[in-house]
Amino acid sequence: MNRVIVGAHYGLKDWLAQRITAVVMLAYTIVFLLALGRGPVTHASWKALFAQEWMRLATFLFVASVLIHAWIGVRNIWMDYIKHTGLRLVLEVATVLWLVGCAGWAMQILWRI
Amino acid sequence: MPDLAAKKKRPLWYNLSPLNLPAPGLVSIFHRVSGALLFLGLIWFLFLLDMSLASEAGFARFRAYVGNPLVKLSMLVLLWAFLHHLCAGVRHLFLDIEVGVELKAARRSAIAVFAVSLALTALIGARLW
Repeated sequence: MNRVIVGAHYGLKDWLAQRITAVVMLAYTIVFLLALGRGPVTHASWKALFAQEWMRLATFLFVASVLIHAWIGVRNIWMDYIKHTGLRLVLEVATVLWLVGCAGWAMQILWRI
Repeated sequence: MPDLAAKKKRPLWYNLSPLNLPAPGLVSIFHRVSGALLFLGLIWFLFLLDMSLASEAGFARFRAYVGNPLVKLSMLVLLWAFLHHLCAGVRHLFLDIEVGVELKAARRSAIAVFAVSLALTALIGARLW
């Protein structure tokens, strides 16, 4: 296949998405640690933390960021090491399905509270 | 004119063994390894979150589960993976805006990534243990 790989915007979106999602996850990590606070965590306080609407929304953004970030990262690993096109396609599709499934489960856990 | 055809035939020998990589190269390969580990650990995090949030009994089961030494060790590995990935990522963002791209600064920040992530892993690990 003869594809131009240095054309305008080729890969730029992914490059940018990787950085934006990284910053979102970094911000969430700090917010999560601050919200968790000090002292022992009980089931009630743990549940109350995720029962807050803003925390759920923040966690949703975090999960969405993990989904995109992990997709780009894992796809890059497949692209680097798996030379067989068919096998790579299978692995990439499996990665997407796996990640979307994980994100769905995360949403289920959060909105069940 | 140098003979380009002859030049191209020269054997290339890149030693890419981790033991021969300079610090920034080590940060880079461990960034990939830790990212892959976190991807594999994703389902386990969800399993733990599900168990701990489900019910009072689930939370108690979660407590007992993470008390297992093997589970603790796995969590320690994933904690390191998270911290290394985070520190290396922050370093990467600075390199993107051309802060610390000089060789000396880049080597220093690479060593700092290892020092900070390993120290934080030890600190948090000691507190959780």
